[in-house]
Amino acid sequence: MPPQTPSQTVGPFFSHALTPAGSRPGRIPGNRIADEAAPGVPIRIEGRLLDGVGDPVPDGMVEIWQADDEGVYGRIAEGFHGFGRAGTDPDGRFTFLTIKPGPVAPGMAPHASVAVFARGMLNHAFTRIYFSDEAVANAADPVLSSVEPTRRGTLVATRNDRDGIQSYEFTIRLQGDRESVFFDA
Amino acid sequence: MRAVERLATRDWSSHPTQHYPRYRSTELRAYKRRLVPLQPSLSELTGPVFGHVAVDASDSDLTRNAVRSGEVLGERIIVSGRVLDEGGRPVRETLVEVWQANSAGRYAHQADNHDAPLDPNFTGTGRALTDSEGRYRFTTIRPGAYPWRNHHNAWRPAHIHFSVFGTAFVQRLVTQMYFPGDPLLTLDPIFNSTSDLDARNRLVAKFSPDLTEPELALGFEFDIVLRGQAATPMES
Ligand SMILES: [Fe+3]
Repeated sequence: MPPQTPSQTVGPFFSHALTPAGSRPGRIPGNRIADEAAPGVPIRIEGRLLDGVGDPVPDGMVEIWQADDEGVYGRIAEGFHGFGRAGTDPDGRFTFLTIKPGPVAPGMAPHASVAVFARGMLNHAFTRIYFSDEAVANAADPVLSSVEPTRRGTLVATRNDRDGIQSYEFTIRLQGDRESVFFDA
Repeated sequence: MRAVERLATRDWSSHPTQHYPRYRSTELRAYKRRLVPLQPSLSELTGPVFGHVAVDASDSDLTRNAVRSGEVLGERIIVSGRVLDEGGRPVRETLVEVWQANSAGRYAHQADNHDAPLDPNFTGTGRALTDSEGRYRFTTIRPGAYPWRNHHNAWRPAHIHFSVFGTAFVQRLVTQMYFPGDPLLTLDPIFNSTSDLDARNRLVAKFSPDLTEPELALGFEFDIVLRGQAATPMES
């Protein structure tokens, strides 16, 4: 069996290569995972990436992989890809425009898989986004339940509608008292 | 839908230590708590597919894909290799993205303020899809070493950054490829953040007479092994 190739940091100079700012438009998905044509409830995820002292990480990148509104992975429909990628801005902010994913299987709460990259991160980190308006489903979700109760909140995006769009706030903390839950996924 | 059948955890003897004090930026950015185990579900075992809509052949020639007014400056090279899983099977039609400094050691990135010349015909970015044998191939120029402020007189060894997807979202890998015989390797904290010498050396490409093209370019072979195995097509 060939052994795994080691990870290395994405470094500080990737955005012109990997994020839409620098790539030819429309070829690799950016932060728009779904557009108006996609079935489902349009949502906006407004995120922040913070370091160990709570300062913004301005040179990070967040990727999301999610199911469609019926909970199916990899079914690329008109206006929906399932994958998105966003660089962080000088305030550590990132935004995704997507649809609310459906539950993947009975008993699982709707969620998106997240990979976090930045200068200073030698391995990317996996986390998940759950949604605060799914309290009943979240309480039954096997992955959320496997996390110690005091840390579960780091995985739940807070509903906070703005501009007439169903919106969620999600903060990723790389370190500190409220360090996000990262998975050995 | 495509999914990976069997997935062991990441091999932490091959991967770097997240908090590695010699690489100063890890100080406030490395997670400190133990990773939470996660039984792989479809959320982990599936992943995005990027077809030929996302990539065309010209994207993989960095000596041509950003030319405005002349030839790219530097020593032309060919970098090719296979993306494999841990079972040794090719990972087909997966997206490989690369970015690198120019031959003077400067990135075409607004945050790079190293006082070395920019090359107007070179952005140092490219992408490719692997073929049916998992093989990718880039034509580019050999990147220069560049200074960074990690410690006194710190210089990064010449390297090309790689981003690879695989079939499952958790096969995702971002890494760097280095060049054989580089005296800066033993001094570089990022390269040395992987404690296992064999694992580190898997980041060093091999000079390849077979990939070398007469009167054109030296060739380097760089294989990438992703975690997991047995990518099996599944109907959905
Ligand atoms: Fe670099």
